[in-house]
Amino acid sequence: MSQVLVLVEAPDGAVRKPTLELLTLARRIGEPAAVVLGPGADQLAARLGEYGASTVYAVDAPEVNDYLVAGKAEALAHIASQARPAAILVTASADGREIAARAAVKLGSGILTDAVDVTGGPDGAPVATQSAFAASFVVTSTVTQGVPIIAVKPNAAAPEPAPTAPTVQTVEVPFSDLARAARITERVPRAVSGRPDLTEAAIVVSGGRGLGGAEKFSLIEGLADALGGAVGASRAAVDAGWYPHAHQVGQTGKTVSPQLYLAVGISGAIQHRAGMQTAKTIVAINKDPEAPIFELADFGIVGDLHAVVPQLTEDITGREG
Amino acid sequence: MKIVVLVKHVPDATAVRRFTAESTVDREAVPGLLSELDEYAVEQALQVVESAATGEITYLTMGPAAASEAVRKALAMGGTAAVHVSDDALAGTDALGTSLVLAKALERIGFDLVICGMASTDATMSVVPAMLAERLGVAQLTFASELKVDPQAAQVQIRRDGDAATEMVQAPLPAVVSVTDRTGEPRYPSFKGIMAAKKKPMQTWSLADLGIDPAEVGRGAARSTVASVTARPPRGGGQIVTDEGDAAGRLVEFLATQKFV
Ligand SMILES: Cc1cc2nc3c(=O)[nH]c(=O)nc-3n(C[C@H](O)[C@H](O)[C@H](O)COP(=O)(O)OP(=O)(O)OC[C@H]3O[C@@H](n4cnc5c(N)ncnc54)[C@H](O)[C@@H]3O)c2cc1C
Ligand SMILES: Nc1ncnc2c1ncn2[C@@H]1O[C@H](COP(=O)(O)O)[C@@H](O)[C@H]1O
Repeated sequence: MSQVLVLVEAPDGAVRKPTLELLTLARRIGEPAAVVLGPGADQLAARLGEYGASTVYAVDAPEVNDYLVAGKAEALAHIASQARPAAILVTASADGREIAARAAVKLGSGILTDAVDVTGGPDGAPVATQSAFAASFVVTSTVTQGVPIIAVKPNAAAPEPAPTAPTVQTVEVPFSDLARAARITERVPRAVSGRPDLTEAAIVVSGGRGLGGAEKFSLIEGLADALGGAVGASRAAVDAGWYPHAHQVGQTGKTVSPQLYLAVGISGAIQHRAGMQTAKTIVAINKDPEAPIFELADFGIVGDLHAVVPQLTEDITGREG
Repeated sequence: MKIVVLVKHVPDATAVRRFTAESTVDREAVPGLLSELDEYAVEQALQVVESAATGEITYLTMGPAAASEAVRKALAMGGTAAVHVSDDALAGTDALGTSLVLAKALERIGFDLVICGMASTDATMSVVPAMLAERLGVAQLTFASELKVDPQAAQVQIRRDGDAATEMVQAPLPAVVSVTDRTGEPRYPSFKGIMAAKKKPMQTWSLADLGIDPAEVGRGAARSTVASVTARPPRGGGQIVTDEGDAAGRLVEFLATQKFV
């Protein structure tokens, strides 16, 4: 069986959930092989093996650690040209999609982005499901030339363990000068909130301009904590300085596809919808019955969020306590 | 300092967008406009030239005849000239083909700095800038929330708000940059700007002008194919309640039936 390369994301030394989802999807097409570009492959191998990676390709060099994207693309393409995989799966993050894009040029491969599902087609070739135009269409596509490269959105599949003992294979990559063109001079890791990661969370509670002030985000955090969810924000709330940009949901923020999305004091502008419309269940709380967010809502409350949200948080906490 | 800004003409996102029978974006059905995310690229280019007090800005677009309207809008904001690559053989071109054409055009125009938007609002792939850097063999500094160009030192520096970290990235020119909506709101074209734009030179190039074999681009050369397109059943038909003190309780019941609480 051919290998399927999975590009590992483990920025803080722990394998991120979307990578485990990719390993799970990869098993539908072939034998998952993980690609670790950066330090710590030996430590990550056990976890990758738990989810079915039989091989872990490891590249640890300044070109993949201290420079933007180009070196990682060279490493991935180099491994692909040796392993001749049936497909390459990456997470549809900023880095993931750009590494995939450059590798696609190098390998002459077709690339599909923002897949919400990947299956093995009748001839074994992967079929990607994507949603288009702010999720108003569902499209299935296949790659017709080269190794199929697919960038997959978080939450595309539930990670399923398939334990195996992986072999770690260190790979020497003949990097070009171009891999050292764009140097990362400073890196400030995201502040950790103790809450689930926005893109990975099963439940997201987002607040918008309707909150009326930064201090009111405590209402959103309280509700998110009661539900075990992550906190999101509209661009209006971020632009007002009420919540960090890392939490922005939408076209120019994060795209989320959780099981449950609660929009609180958010009108539902097209750019916001672009980031949350693939959520399974949508709940909206807004005082304006005409707010476009209600067009998407499975359950909507027309009312004052300052009255509804505290009560909601109390009811949920009471139920569980 | 020679800056080329890549601008794309896209279907208006607030209109109902759809696919053609060939499963490509239907560009006739809805009015098009300059991709709003490319306006940020235009603004950054104008600011670089304004603060350096020297330099010229050329816009480059690839697309059908109507794409020249997007370029006019950009020219109305400022800048010097434009190039429009247009050819019937380009219909259905994928991102790899688009980057091939744009790279060839960029080589012909010549550049110190290429500035792109962070994504086109129709395809939303965010791959063209990375592909261009790869093809042109120059530095890539993408998803910039802040852009600083030092023409004397021939250096460019960005802040990239990545998924796991905020990074400062630095490279020598020439380079390909993409910018986000965090870089600052784009200006509106002035009346004077709109009038001036009408007189600014715009060249139209064909594939032959660029020495590209039509077989390398277009639907026939696309490296992926759409197997099916299905309109999603419109959402809605949800339960909407007006709060009379009991709405929170009813929502909890709804969440309980869905096993969220
Ligand atoms: C290039 C570009 C990119 C963009 N990208 C994004 C993006 O990624 N994400 C994003 O979110 N937006 C984005 N936007 C902005 C978008 O167009 C909207 O402006 C934004 O989403 C509005 O945020 P909002 O819903 O919080 O605010 P508003 O539209 O002002 O809505 C606030 C809502 O709160 C309600 N409300 C007020 N008070 C109360 C109360 N007491 N109780 C209940 N409800 C109340 C109001 O009825 C209203 O519906 C982008 C815009 C541009 C031009
Ligand atoms: N056909 C095109 N013509 C000009 N620029 C383009 C074109 N397609 C993409 N771009 C540029 O590349 C950026 C990213 O596009 P994309 O990779 O399609 O999301 C856009 O914001 C534009 O700056």
